[in-house]
Amino acid sequence: MPSHQDRSRRVTLFPTCLGTLLFPGASAAAERVLEAAGATVTSVEEDLCCGQPAWNSGHVKDALRVAERALDALAEAEEIVACSGSCTAMVSHYWVELFEGTPRAAEAERVARRTHEFSSYVAGELGVDNLGPLKTSRPRRVAYHDSCHMLRGLGISDEPRRLLAAVEGLEIQGLTAQDRCCGFGGTFSIRFPELSSAMADEKVDDVTEHEAEELVASDLGCLMQICGRARARSHDFSCRYIAEVLDEAMPQRIQ
Amino acid sequence: MTDAYDYSKPFEERARVSLEDGQMRGIVGLAVDRNNSGRARSMTSLRDPEAVRELGARVRDFNISHLDQHLERLAETWTEAGGEIFFAQTAEEAASYVVSVAKKSGATKAVKSKSMVTEEIGLNEALTEAGIEPIETDLGQYIVQLAGEPPSHIVAPSVHKSKEQVTDLFSLTGGEQLENDADVLTEFARNRQRPSFLSAGVGISGVNMAVADEGTLCLVTNEGNGRLCTSMPPVHIAVMGMERVVWDFDQLAVILSLLGRGNTGQKLSQYTSLLHGPKRSAEVDGPTESHLVIIDNKRSNLLGTRYQSALRCIRCGACLNICPVFRQVSGYAYDPVYSGPIGAVITPLLKGVENAGELAHASTLCGACTSVCPVKIPLHDLLLYIRQDFAPHTSPTERAAYKAWSLAWSKQWGFALTKRAGLVLGRVTGGRPLRRLYLPLMSRWTKGRYFPGFPGGKHRPRP
Repeated sequence: MPSHQDRSRRVTLFPTCLGTLLFPGASAAAERVLEAAGATVTSVEEDLCCGQPAWNSGHVKDALRVAERALDALAEAEEIVACSGSCTAMVSHYWVELFEGTPRAAEAERVARRTHEFSSYVAGELGVDNLGPLKTSRPRRVAYHDSCHMLRGLGISDEPRRLLAAVEGLEIQGLTAQDRCCGFGGTFSIRFPELSSAMADEKVDDVTEHEAEELVASDLGCLMQICGRARARSHDFSCRYIAEVLDEAMPQRIQ
Repeated sequence: MTDAYDYSKPFEERARVSLEDGQMRGIVGLAVDRNNSGRARSMTSLRDPEAVRELGARVRDFNISHLDQHLERLAETWTEAGGEIFFAQTAEEAASYVVSVAKKSGATKAVKSKSMVTEEIGLNEALTEAGIEPIETDLGQYIVQLAGEPPSHIVAPSVHKSKEQVTDLFSLTGGEQLENDADVLTEFARNRQRPSFLSAGVGISGVNMAVADEGTLCLVTNEGNGRLCTSMPPVHIAVMGMERVVWDFDQLAVILSLLGRGNTGQKLSQYTSLLHGPKRSAEVDGPTESHLVIIDNKRSNLLGTRYQSALRCIRCGACLNICPVFRQVSGYAYDPVYSGPIGAVITPLLKGVENAGELAHASTLCGACTSVCPVKIPLHDLLLYIRQDFAPHTSPTERAAYKAWSLAWSKQWGFALTKRAGLVLGRVTGGRPLRRLYLPLMSRWTKGRYFPGFPGGKHRPRP
């Protein structure tokens, strides 16, 4: 059992709206991994959205209204970990712009500074060693997909790969265009469904051509997009949120 | 083929035209991949690529924030060099000035080297109307001119065409079947164009960068046609957007080191010409008249706004090549002149956000454009700003939908309601992924993708 000296780190988990509505398993896994890595995970009372759907469509007021409730809920948190690179970028980068000129600008800025993306927090702040020896019961070949906001917005690419590399039994397969957008783009995927699907096709082809059995990412939106398209084309590789991969490979799960 | 693109229709319709053209997508995909890897490779030949990009951005910011002094100085030095200068407020003013100069010279033919700003002002149409035949001499631009199409890429006008298509086009033009071979095709174009350089009364070019303190115009090409256009005919007319100016040769050197790398992955283009007015009395070659047309056409509206950095652009096309949307839909889906991320930014700014703001949605905001821009224009942020300015002009349905969504989700009960609906749906569908879902928005999602379904279960980590 790894030593948990760092139990004092109190983390507030932000499952994001997609996580809350569609992928409850993702945030549940993230919670277990964070706990195992030595953090004390607390939870907010409410279901939250960072406001990104409206923000990315240019509807600032609508974004602000939704983000304000998230700010209410997160304002007192010591550290916030989000199950998404994209939502992390929204909070840590764009909230400053969104709340600029409002009475809550300073509060938003403080929350922005304290918000981290899950994989970078586990690898960078807690340390992967704390998780103990990671070994999967399903040895397989996985490919990692960089989400755009995480890669270019937050500059995180190394940390999730370090986490996956620590799992015995995983063979990490690179992709030809692993940093190319999967075509999700939030509301873009609804605005231009055919175009968005065509972009996903390239990603699906990239995964199948490299014979990866599973695609791992740190953004639920990308996974929903790529996996949804793969399924429509009858490809059978699975898609998994990175915390779920780690969770499955942990020596003992904290239930 | 461009007839298929209806610019009165929304972007989605035009994107669909491109998506259905599998051949074009294949050709464009290969071409942009080649340019991308060339750019990435050539950037590494700089000792510190990031520092040079930063320097490029600062140089351009300096130029733009002192634009009035730059242009004043350029007018002085260009006039001292014997050139004539004309400031055009609008596209129409610019085009009619060029036409009037050409007419006065008695020209019936004008040879042109590739210039996007002349596309912007509709110069070829204006010349044709005035009875002057415009002849494009850049090979790619020549191809699209013969095909009756606008350029589909700001640097590579015929990037959407296959060699076979060019062979057919040239064979039709020449009246005899040509061999499907790049050398043969180039030779054909060369043989057709050479006489034009000798007989044209006017040569028209763009300007890659004007050097204000020197009265010098810099023009880069890979075919040498620019050099012929600017030195063979008795009259040379150069046309430039008002932002395309640097102060001195030191600054030009920075920009040139980024320009060739950004567009084709070359450390320097094949031909870099420095033009300093008409020929002097002792010189044998060169035009007797040199005109410089500097175009505003709404560019000055960007000064002092959050869009000012868009004026840094050196038109290298790197953002088009890297864009995951461009590689699917090609240039015509955007606007007939400027395409890709930079096109989606400047087209609405030049034509009015209320008219063309929708183009800013032709992006996933993935930021790839920003990451490669040699002068570090924050393109994805500018796209976001245009979306903000465009929001009041979106459909009443869209605005109502976002408002309803935000009113609901700004309350816990509203979000809980969404969750409840999901649980009910999940129960009905057994929590399985769904192929088709006939609900608002979801029906668009499931056009090509499964919806993950509503699995139900624990929604939040325990308190």
